[in-house]
Amino acid sequence: MILSVQDLAIHIGAARPVDGISLTIEAGECYALLGESGCGKSMTALGLMRLLPAGARVISGAVNFEGTDLLGLPESGMREVRGGGIGMIFQEPATSLNPVLTVGRQIVEALQLHAGLQGTAARKRAGELLDQVGIPDPLRRLDEYPFQLSGGLRQRVMIAIALAGEPRLLIADEPTTALDVTIQAQVLDLLDELRRTRGMALLLITHDLGVVARMADRIGVMYAGQLVEEAPRAQFFSQPAHPYSVRLFAALPDTKRRGANLATIPGSVPAADARHSGCRFVYRCSEAMAECHKAPPPWREVDACQRVRCFLAAAAPPVAVKVGAGETATQSRQAPLLEVTDLQMHFPIRRGILQRAVGAVRAVDGLSLQLMAGRTLALVGESGCGKTTAGKAMLQLLRPTAGSVMLDGVELTTRSAGQLQPLRAKMQMVFQDPFASLNPRLRIGEIIAEGMQALKVGDGETGAPIAKLLEQVGLRADMVNRYPHEFSGGQRQRIAIARALAVSPRLLICDEPTSALDVSVQAQILNLLSELQRELELAYLFITHNIAVVDYLAHDVAVMYLGRVVERGTADEVLHQARHPYTQALLAAVPHIDGLDKATVKLSGDMPSPANPPSGCHFHPRCPLADEACRVSYPDEIRFGATHAVRCIKV
Amino acid sequence: MMGLAVQPLLLWSDALLFVMTAVIVALALWARRQDALRAAWARVAKNSVAMSAATVLAVFVLIGMLDSLHYRPRLDTQPGATAQYAVEVHSALDALLSGLRQRSEKTYSAPLATHLFSREALENSVEREFPRLKHGGAHLGENLAGHENDIALRLLFGAGAGLAVWLVMFAALRRRYGVEFKTTLKVGDGDTANGAEKDAEKGAAKSAAAGSVLLTLLAVFMLTGVVVALADGYHVFGTDKVGQDVLYLSLKSIRTGLLIGTLTTLVMLPVAVLLGILAGYVGGWVDDVIQYLYTTLSSIPGVLLIAAAVLMMQVVIDTHPEWFATTAERADARLLALCLILGMTSWTGLARLMRGETLKLRELEFVQAAQAFGVGRFAIMHRHILPNLMHIVLIALVMDFSGLVLAEAVLSYVGVGVDPSTISFGTMINTARMELAREPMVWWSLVAAFSFMFALVLAANLFADAIRDAFDPRSST
Repeated sequence: MILSVQDLAIHIGAARPVDGISLTIEAGECYALLGESGCGKSMTALGLMRLLPAGARVISGAVNFEGTDLLGLPESGMREVRGGGIGMIFQEPATSLNPVLTVGRQIVEALQLHAGLQGTAARKRAGELLDQVGIPDPLRRLDEYPFQLSGGLRQRVMIAIALAGEPRLLIADEPTTALDVTIQAQVLDLLDELRRTRGMALLLITHDLGVVARMADRIGVMYAGQLVEEAPRAQFFSQPAHPYSVRLFAALPDTKRRGANLATIPGSVPAADARHSGCRFVYRCSEAMAECHKAPPPWREVDACQRVRCFLAAAAPPVAVKVGAGETATQSRQAPLLEVTDLQMHFPIRRGILQRAVGAVRAVDGLSLQLMAGRTLALVGESGCGKTTAGKAMLQLLRPTAGSVMLDGVELTTRSAGQLQPLRAKMQMVFQDPFASLNPRLRIGEIIAEGMQALKVGDGETGAPIAKLLEQVGLRADMVNRYPHEFSGGQRQRIAIARALAVSPRLLICDEPTSALDVSVQAQILNLLSELQRELELAYLFITHNIAVVDYLAHDVAVMYLGRVVERGTADEVLHQARHPYTQALLAAVPHIDGLDKATVKLSGDMPSPANPPSGCHFHPRCPLADEACRVSYPDEIRFGATHAVRCIKV
Repeated sequence: MMGLAVQPLLLWSDALLFVMTAVIVALALWARRQDALRAAWARVAKNSVAMSAATVLAVFVLIGMLDSLHYRPRLDTQPGATAQYAVEVHSALDALLSGLRQRSEKTYSAPLATHLFSREALENSVEREFPRLKHGGAHLGENLAGHENDIALRLLFGAGAGLAVWLVMFAALRRRYGVEFKTTLKVGDGDTANGAEKDAEKGAAKSAAAGSVLLTLLAVFMLTGVVVALADGYHVFGTDKVGQDVLYLSLKSIRTGLLIGTLTTLVMLPVAVLLGILAGYVGGWVDDVIQYLYTTLSSIPGVLLIAAAVLMMQVVIDTHPEWFATTAERADARLLALCLILGMTSWTGLARLMRGETLKLRELEFVQAAQAFGVGRFAIMHRHILPNLMHIVLIALVMDFSGLVLAEAVLSYVGVGVDPSTISFGTMINTARMELAREPMVWWSLVAAFSFMFALVLAANLFADAIRDAFDPRSST
């Protein structure tokens, strides 16, 4: 046993983010701490490292690392442990590296502290470390600055720094949340390999069941500051015992649940300063009994290695899933609602005193797609491929460089701002970050009324329509006078949807509307979106990188790479009979909760810069099938059937 | 026709001050009817530090207002003849403090002293002695042994009188508002956090704030009592080079300080906010023009620019003596012009801050959502950008307020500040420069100016802090 935590409790004033956690980690084991945001996962990790934020105090408990009581160590002793015994990597690789120091200096710093290496020896070792974490040409990279590296490479550098002290335990706090699936797969592979070759234990903190299934030996489910279930991976995924775990699985969107509503967990995680007399999950549990309210449930052994905090003898199956209307929209023969042809959005790169354009970032470079009324088209791709820019260019928030956007038979790109005004009511947008998309200084009522007033929708009377909208998105009408900060992330996203619906649009461009939300809340929003589609015949352009969501929600899918669509077709065609090697790689990189790695095509490297795209097929530098012919010219579209089209000469 | 005993005189700055006050009162009345604003101000009202600060500010404003009621006293003339009025302009404050104003000594004397600060050759003596003051401690006669006792007695008497006045007021308020006041004073040490019911807590917070107002008033009353009791027989803050009472100078400086602080801000703020937001949000050539403008402005050393402008303005004033009936009017025009010049040259820092912050806000998704609705540019700037900048504006305002009072001191030093006849903290600090170089040092002018400015700026700071917190929806629950 390398780490054992007994009854750790951390308080911040009246809040109790961690309220009695006990866990043990064996050497070489990967223990995953799973839970929604606000459950105290990160606070637990910071408590182990004694890196708590100001105001947070460890109230009780013991942390034993290789026989040393960490909580009793003096600060000087703790510095030896940090980095030397326990390494840590954080979620955001962009902010965990110092931007004004070279990568080499930052690794050497850790080596000086923990390995006592100096000068050339340290530099040599830093090069080896970079090599170990799979960074090509490591000696050159040592002299580069963090901004010269991509997100995936930065996270590798972070791992290299963490490895410099030869830690026996690595704490990884959401190490891949900020990365794309293809990069995530690379980083997870690396972590797994390092763990096996070095016998290093890994405490993985994550909210992603797919990552857990891919990595973990044992899993601890955290809820409102406590562990509610502990189980080995196989058992956890085959027979989760706690109702919360069961519901987390049920809330995952995937292809089998198409057309049906996802099971949701009503409400959200209780605030950290709430006091609990009984089970912490009781307010969101559909099987709550009287005794659940009275006393906190004790640990119960399900079998030798699985235990759970619940009174129920056996976990009930998830709440009966309401089955919706099924596949809603029929393939209509009518003209498309949105038709985009050869859309280009170039941002000039200006240099010199005269600010002459010396090149262009081709964020969107010839995008064509069609969307019928009442259907959902998913635009899928890695970050930086131009999805969001394309969405904004369609809405004319950014004026496209070239190409045409037809909404309901009307050309948008040639219209002036004034002429666009009457058309704005037909198309609206739901943004990614519900915390940035609502003005914190306006009340909910004012936020929703803004569009109605600006576009003169309705008869000037806003009170009744707003109340109706709020109820339509599952909020109470008496919330109009509250400010956004009083709502949780999921509720804020509902408000953002209500704001867009206020002008009765026919097309809703949803830019990653659930990527900032937890799984259970994501299910609520996805359900809401599909209900609204059935009710109002809305068309969605769904911009996302989450394949599971696409599989659940989309009718049609377009896969984007470096500003162009490389494959399009119905969801079934693209996701289950993918032809383009990029689509195949993208799908293979998604971790599945069955834990089976069916990766056939692994992507290496990162997406090239859109300012300087490769010649020929943009994908050829990363493509396993590429040969000379791919470098010559951009492939034409090859059609398979009526709807499926691929741009690749190798299919 | 019999003339009035006095001829009221409305200086331009008085008019502006009264208009500003009227606008603030009108805004307050309007805000009372807006739910959101009333709730925010109610939060300010529940903050005891803010209310103490507001009380102190109110005392300063009251002094400033009294000093803004100007008049020309009537000269003694033959009965029946047309009334003649003095060229000298006085204010209501001067009338109240006529004792202080008239009891001037020959030169420096230390606070509460009975003798001058420096030796002088007396008429029928060969030795150089410290001469007796004409007014300071005059009531003691030759018996100087009672000096310290007299001061102690006056301290006690003044404090007692202050307490008595406060008790009378407290009793009157209590009769009017009933029991609520009973608990008020106890709340300070009571633990409100344990109050289970929210209403009780709210009530407690409110009465805690009322309690702090009352306590602040008690302090103000007792201090006033002590100062009045002492000022009756002594110079509380001593006298300056020409024998003027420093307490009187300090009180007169308050109006100048308030005017420079508020009027300059009034000139500077709209320019800074408007240009800053325009540059940040509109971008393109508008941004370029505004940036060139403020970069050019701030590349000229501020004092030189202001000095040049003030000198130009001075020439205009000097060549048109017919514009001003009295010296007071001329000094007033100079003060206003100074505010205008200070305002026009000091907007660059805030504008730059606004521009940077707007550049950040403009990319936020709620601004893009508004653009997707086709909301107009100015509506977006007004609804989405400006409210999210207000905290910076408020902080910059309070910081600038003290900075402006100091800028006035620097300008007076160069000789381009307020009119020499205008009493201000700046001129006081400026004369203190020489006094500090004397041996022994004359410290009281500087200390007097410093303590008044400290109280004013601290109160303004604390109050602005509370306002910012109350109007930030994120910080309120």
